[in-house]
Formats: sequence, structure tokens, C-alpha cells
Amino acid sequence: MQFVRVHLQLAAVAVSLVAPGTALAASAENGKTAYVKNGCWQCHGYEGQGSVTTSAGRVIAGTPLPADAFSAYVRRPSGAMPPFSAAILPDADLADIYAYLEARPKPKSSKDIPLLSGQ
Amino acid sequence: MAKKDRSPKLDRRRFLTAAAVAGASGAVSSGKAGAATAGTAEAPARLPSALPPNAHVAAAEAGAPDVPPYASEGRPGSDFMVDVIKTLNIKYLPANPASSYRAIHESLINYGKNSMPEFLTCTHEECGVGIAHGYAKITNKPLMTLCHGTVGLMHATMNVYNAFCDRMPVVILAGNDLDAAHRPPGVPTVHSAQDINAIVRDYTKWDDTPVSAQHFAQSFVRAYQIATTPPYAPVVLSLDDGLATEPVRDFGQKLYIPKFVPTAPPAGEAGAVREAARLLINAERPVIVADRAVNTQRGMNFLVQLAELLQAPMVRERGRLNFPTTHYLGRPASVIAQADVVLGLELTDYWATVNKFVDNNAEGVGTITSTIKLGTKLISIGTLQLMTKANYQEFQRFQSVDVPIAGDVEATLPALIEAVKYALTDDRKNMIGQRGEATRKDHEKGRDATRQAAAIAWDASPISTARLCAEIYAQIKDLDWSLVPSSGDVSGWPLRLWPMDKPYHWTGTSGGYGVGWGCPASVGGALANRDEGRFSVAIQSDGDLMYAPGALWTAARHKIPLLSVMHNNRGYHQEVMHVQRLSNFRNRVANLGNDLGPVGTSIMNPDIEYHKLAQSMGWWAKGPITDPAELGPAIKEAVAVVKSGQPALVNVWTQPR
Repeated sequence: MQFVRVHLQLAAVAVSLVAPGTALAASAENGKTAYVKNGCWQCHGYEGQGSVTTSAGRVIAGTPLPADAFSAYVRRPSGAMPPFSAAILPDADLADIYAYLEARPKPKSSKDIPLLSGQ
Repeated sequence: MAKKDRSPKLDRRRFLTAAAVAGASGAVSSGKAGAATAGTAEAPARLPSALPPNAHVAAAEAGAPDVPPYASEGRPGSDFMVDVIKTLNIKYLPANPASSYRAIHESLINYGKNSMPEFLTCTHEECGVGIAHGYAKITNKPLMTLCHGTVGLMHATMNVYNAFCDRMPVVILAGNDLDAAHRPPGVPTVHSAQDINAIVRDYTKWDDTPVSAQHFAQSFVRAYQIATTPPYAPVVLSLDDGLATEPVRDFGQKLYIPKFVPTAPPAGEAGAVREAARLLINAERPVIVADRAVNTQRGMNFLVQLAELLQAPMVRERGRLNFPTTHYLGRPASVIAQADVVLGLELTDYWATVNKFVDNNAEGVGTITSTIKLGTKLISIGTLQLMTKANYQEFQRFQSVDVPIAGDVEATLPALIEAVKYALTDDRKNMIGQRGEATRKDHEKGRDATRQAAAIAWDASPISTARLCAEIYAQIKDLDWSLVPSSGDVSGWPLRLWPMDKPYHWTGTSGGYGVGWGCPASVGGALANRDEGRFSVAIQSDGDLMYAPGALWTAARHKIPLLSVMHNNRGYHQEVMHVQRLSNFRNRVANLGNDLGPVGTSIMNPDIEYHKLAQSMGWWAKGPITDPAELGPAIKEAVAVVKSGQPALVNVWTQPR
């Protein structure tokens, strides 16, 4: 909850960081390339599934944050994540990454996975 | 009784004995030794070696009057050493062969018939120590290893450090040749040192340089006793080549082998234990945190008993399993924030248990915050204060504790449990019971959330670490299994998904986090499990395997069944993240070269075919597995191979963590 709260507060900043209309043109396909090239996968996994050891267990697949809050956090993270400035990660790439994460397939229920429901 | 020859060998022994004079002369006084001196013209030149004890001291050191004198005349010193070693019932000796200990090597396999201990051929000293460490984590018993002079002991160092940090016993003999006037020139001299134990002294519990056969006997038994008294740790003895090679000399006294008697472990002081019980009983939200606390089923049962008495949430750190994963009182570390009393059991880092460091470059370093409420009382039980080494910083930051208790956890828990029972009133029992119900509900919710987290990226390629662990468990769940010491950092999924209620189900991390431990330690764990008829599985990381892959060959050579499933993320992933992090802090785009991670951190281009590496060393192996649908069948095949008594490896391309 704290994670969400902090970034809603930063949403105003984010609006100015992501150019208007950028999100509309965002490409999930390009986003996959940008996600890998910029090292997002290192802590969040290739599918944004997260890890308890590298991202405090937070899942960014499906992005529970709105785009502006997401961008604000990437630019000025409050936790252990290092900041990605626009000089490192251009707005267009960031928007593509958001599109990629939004496009991740919704996970099945663990109850529908025999290896998990049986444990 | 006196020595009759004046050969260089005699002089050599004089040299060695003289070397011991400085340390021993003021401390030893023996009427018998004096008599021997008076009656023997040559004696002054030989004295004082490890001066023979008088009858009273000898009897005391022997531990019992029925220890027979040792008939030694004319036999190699190393034969006597083997007889000493055999009294300790050490089962295996994983070691890389070496000229500096050839005498005892020959005695072990011929005179000693290569049994108790059995020599296991290793390809590197680091493997020998790592195997011994992994074995000890399963059995709580030390193996011994031999290292080749300066260079061999240097090779061994990193895993000696791991064992030291992990508080696990290993007995190390380091080949050496002290006598500069008589040792062969060239390589044997390069491989000798005046104080070879100095290489590892900072991270071993005790060491010695025996200069006589009797001295060796005393020191070997003492070393074993010290290594196996909590806190456990490695010990090292210098093994002098001359002493091992030449005939045994008893200097006019019959040699004897001291009897080994295990030392009762140190337990916490009674008053402090009562105070700890009082605080815990009166706490509204007590939390127990355990790290290197429990090595045995008995210890785990005590810990369950204490947690249930208090209905206290139990947080597991990564030193040992400590507490069943199935128990409803097992809770995540976040519960510490609500605690009013924290009981820390053999914590590697108490400071980090109650503080949080975030590596965010704040003021060039990071941010530190307390994770506990103001006024939270802290209790510790552990042996940190009993291990008094200073150079290496594995003791971590200092944390002030309200009730610090020096003592072994398993030895102290019975008294703490009794103190809690004694002081527990009916009112407190009722209140504590209500607390337990809430914890039970939290536990169930937590398990559901964990399963759902595992479902994310279930069908991804590379394969998710959750899927990896779920597929492994599906194939071993009906066996008596053990996740042996290994290196894969798979986001803790085995502890989160697999029901574990025995100490050997998981035995914790390496201790020193030195890479190159996982593969040999997994072989050592599997060796211990083999003798129990238990199935061993390891989760093996790629970077670790390339440090000491030769342990694979040792497993095949000695028919040690082990299923090694690779967590192959094709990089030194911790470093991948670190360099990325620094690049971001400095507002630079990380230079990837042609790899996935920053230059210098990836293990790709070309990819290492670990399955072929394993096959080349006699393993059944398969891979690389990239399709999650193929993983279960591949592991199933491998399990069948391991059940037949052979090692098997499945190379799996995985998500990073």
C-alpha cells in the first residue's frame, strides 16, 4: 500500500516526464526489447513476476499502477530500485515498457495448476 | 631407550623439537623427563620435544586408565597417525593427492586399508573442504581433508572460510616440511612454510604444529574435540613430512592415543534464562528469530515446543531450516516490526534482523532504518561471543541486546522451556492461546498468496524459478528426500512451497557466501545421505559450478547419487544487478556489449553446455531445457537414474531469480 501511495503523490511529476500521447503509441513488442536492454528483467524477471530476493516480491506484470505513477516511480524510486533518468531510459522506451508489462498474460489461478494445488 | 643413531634424520627431529621449545619450555615440568635427561647422554640434544607427560598427566590426558600403550618401534610415523585418526571414526577423507603428505596417504590406503576414513579423490582442495562442509551440514560430524603444503591450503581457503562462517566442523591436515636443512630442494621447499597454519588461522578455531608422534596424537584428538564443541568450526594441523615419513620415536616413553570424549556444549546461565522467560511470557507480541540455531531433530522439536508454548511467530533466517515450513507459527520477517520482544537464536547478524539497509546510494552509501518499535526488548542466545576472532568481519555490526546469553541454542532451549512453563500463569496461557488462533489464520492466508505468486509466469521461457522448484518437488515428494547444501538462489521457493519438517530437508546457506561452494557441498551432502538411503537433490547455479566443477567427477567416481538441477540464468546475476545499479546511480547507460548483462557479468556467447560438462565426467545429463513443458519429464528421467545409484544433472535455462 505504501508503494502505491508514494507514487500517486508523484503522479503530477510523472505527467510531465511522459510526453502526452506517448502511451497511446506505445508498443508492447518494442517494450520487450527495452525491458531487456535496460535491465528491468534483472530484478523483476523477464515477465515482471518479481522475486522476494530482488524486488521484495512485488509483481509488475499487469502493472497495478497507472502509467503516470509507474513512470514517476521509475524516475524517482523510493525503495531499493535504482533510478532510471530520461537520459538512461527515454520516455518513449518507458512507455513501451509499460505497454509490455500491461500485455503480460494474466496468471492462471494456482488452484488450476496441479503442481501448486496439490502442495 | 636412547636413540643410537646420529643420522641427519635425528638432527631433523632436533630441529623440530627445538622449534617447539619457545612455546613449551616454561609450561612443562616433568620429573620423568628430567630422569630421562640424566640417564641419557644424547638426551639434552633431543629435549624438549613434545615433552612426555608424567604418569599422572598421561593418565589424565588419556581420559581413562585403560588406554594401552602403543607398540611403535620401527613403524612409520604415519602408521601411528592413522591409528590415531581411526579412533575418531571419521568416515571419509575427500582430498586432492599431494607429495607433501605422501607418507600418510600411503599409510591410510595400505596400512589403514582405505577404510575409516576412505579416501575420496578430489580435483581441488576447495572441493575437499566443500565436500566435508556439506557432509557436516547433514550429519553434524566432521570429515578430515588433507591439503598440499602452502599451495594446497591456499586453494582450500575459500571453503575453509565458508565452513568457519557457517560454524561447521572440518578437520584439516596441511602437508608441510619444516626442516629446511633436510627437506628436498626446489618444489617441496617452495611448498613449505615456517607457520603454514597462518594461512587459515584467522578463520579456523584452533591449529597446531605437532613436532612428535605423541604431540600429533594429542593434537589430533584435541582438534577433533574443539571442532565438534559448539560453536563448531574448522581446525587445522600442520602435518610435518619428516614426522610422517620417519620411523616413530617415542623418546623413551610409550606412546598412547588419548581417548576422545565429546564435550558437553555450553548452555546459557540459569538467571539470564529465567529473565528471558519472564520477558517472553509477559510480551504481547513476542517473535522468535532463528538462524544457525538448530542442527538436529531434537533441537527442532525443542524450538517447536517453545514457539507453541508462547504461540510466538517464528521467523526463519537462512542459516538452517530451524523450524518446519508446514507449521502455522512460521511467519515472514515482517512480523518483527510488530514485536515487543524479539528472541534471536544464533543470529548471524542481529543488527540486520532489527534494522534495514537499503542500497540506494543515499549519501553515497544507502539508507538505514530501524525495523522495530521503540522499546522492543531484545534477547539473544548464541555462541558469537565464544568465537573470538577479529580480522574477518563475519561477526557483522554490533547490536546491543537487553539480555545477551552466551550458549548453544540446542543446549539452552530445554532450560528456557522449563523456565517458561514454570512462570506461565493461567491468565497468560489464555491470552497466549488467543494469539495463536490469529497466527494460524495469517499462516493460511500467506500460503495461498505464495501459491498464487508461484503461478505468475508459470509457462514462461526461460523457466520461472517457482516452476523449476514445483517440478522438482513433484518428482521427489514420495521419497525420503534432502535438498542438499547448494548454491541456487531461486527466490526461496523450496522453503515457500515444499513441506519441510526435518533438519536435513534443507541445511542452509554456505556461511561466507563464497562462490564455488555449492557444487562440492552438494556432493558432500549427497555422500552423507547415501549412507542413510536418502535421496539427494541440489539446485545448482551456473556461476558456482564453474568454480569447482571437478566435484562432479568425484561424485561419479565414488558413486554418490545426486540429482543436480541447474538454475542456469547465464550470468553472475548478483553482479549483473550491481553493475546495473551503479550505472543508474551515475546516470550512465550500462554497457551490455553483446550480452544480456553489463560487460563482464554474463556467462554467454558462447553458452556453457553444463550437461555436456557433466557427461564428460561420468554423469547422466540432459539439457538445456528451455520449454517448461519438457522440464517435468526430464527430471523424472533423472530421478530414475539417481535412484539407480548414479548422479544426474538437468541443465535448465531459468529466469534470473
